[in-house]
Amino acid sequence: MAASIATRVTGVGLYLGALILAAWALCLAAGPEAYGTFKLVMGSPLGKFVLLGMSVSFFYHLASGVRHMIWDLGYGMKIQQANALSVASFAFAIAATVAVWVIAAMIGAL
Amino acid sequence: MSSSKPDFRTPLSRARGLGSAHHGAAEWLSAGLMSAALIPLTLWLVFAVLRLAQLDYYGAVEWIRGPVNVSLMVLTVLIAFAHMHHGMRVVIEDYVHERLGKLGALALSLFVSGLAGALTIFSILKVALASA
Repeated sequence: MAASIATRVTGVGLYLGALILAAWALCLAAGPEAYGTFKLVMGSPLGKFVLLGMSVSFFYHLASGVRHMIWDLGYGMKIQQANALSVASFAFAIAATVAVWVIAAMIGAL
Repeated sequence: MSSSKPDFRTPLSRARGLGSAHHGAAEWLSAGLMSAALIPLTLWLVFAVLRLAQLDYYGAVEWIRGPVNVSLMVLTVLIAFAHMHHGMRVVIEDYVHERLGKLGALALSLFVSGLAGALTIFSILKVALASA
């Protein structure tokens, strides 16, 4: 239940996150000054916090999408299996987010 | 030929125009295919964002001029915005029941995802295709 509604909530969150991607493209097309401002905003503590939220949302939505595909193919329909898949989705979201941000810190992308 | 198809609707629901519209399966399949395509594309996008975070404006311009990068970026944006609109439509249809409110919300979602998607793709192509 919580896993299902979280898929929708993160989906709506990512809808807003995609507008950041649109802003990136628009600033890139606008030139060096606009692009510099974009990088400054996204690199600020608030920008990083939003990106962190987008990371968790993205990886959860991804894992949950795969979970739904497994069900669509007819597997994992027993209650224990379904619950295990839900827990695995949350675990993957946390693990993948930590991994990506550690990599970002290591390569100096932060 | 519709008389040869099995029809599970009651005479009353048929009269009211309710029941299956008979294109649910195709819609389900295309939504599934878009979602499946987004698995590799968005994972690539994560690596793209990590790479772009290291680059300044000139590096980013150089990066988007790569044929693989611009192709994958445009494909990702195209499918992601279509997927977003589809997902938002399901959410709106499930939670907004008032007729005008539902219509307005659906139109707004189509407008936002369509306009943002078009602006994004056009901006990317403008930079990628500009003469260096």
